[in-house]
Amino acid sequence: MQINAKIYQDTLYIQIAGELDEHTANYAKMTIDNQLDEAECKQVVMDLSNLEFMDSTGIGVLMGRYKKMKQRGIPIFIANPSVQADKIFRMTALYEVMPKVKEGVR
Amino acid sequence: MNFINEMNMTIQSHSINEGFARSVVAAFCVQLNPSLDEIADIKTAVSEAVTNCVVHAYPDCVGEIAVWVGLGEDRTVHIKISDFGVGIEDFNLAREPFFTTKASEERAGMGFTVMESFMDEVTVCKNGEKGVIVYLVKKLSNVAKKAQSRQAND
Repeated sequence: MQINAKIYQDTLYIQIAGELDEHTANYAKMTIDNQLDEAECKQVVMDLSNLEFMDSTGIGVLMGRYKKMKQRGIPIFIANPSVQADKIFRMTALYEVMPKVKEGVR
Repeated sequence: MNFINEMNMTIQSHSINEGFARSVVAAFCVQLNPSLDEIADIKTAVSEAVTNCVVHAYPDCVGEIAVWVGLGEDRTVHIKISDFGVGIEDFNLAREPFFTTKASEERAGMGFTVMESFMDEVTVCKNGEKGVIVYLVKKLSNVAKKAQSRQAND
């Protein structure tokens, strides 16, 4: 599990790489929260292009970050999910609160 | 059902073993030449079932999780994941989308819904006096098999 972040034109891009499951969820929450707390941005894009595996634990991780940023009025978008992650996001209607965008990390 | 091959393993309910369990099951299924999508579906469903054991069956201790896989001659994958933990009070409620007993831990309550969506059959029952058995079945398509026989003929 590796999490990288960078800011480009007021957008914070967070790249989640590796495997997101129960074992890595706490590390992911903590690391993403650190990036969200530090960054001055107008929106956040979670780029999942290098996320090799995710189960429904990922929903909890992403929803928790969504609730946190909603309080600050900053929207979060999802980019490049795998077929399986995309299926999980659709069945949980996650895209209704964190819309899918085409663009990932530049 | 006649199985052409079967495997058994027992793991402890450490969360790090989730990745191990889904990789072992996926590797075992490869001999049926599933598609990459089918393998990913199976890995996701196994991960959900094992996560349930780690989080819910053994909330305050480390227990055993038994994993059995049977490969049917009709290209079906049968997976049985059993624990000997605290059990599930209401099976129907547990299978409802978004139902979780641990909402405060940022849990989605989508484990069984994901299993149902990624597999063809999901059965949940008591494991004797204690614990839960999750039985998953996935019917593999014949696409990969056809591609393989085409390759052999070339």
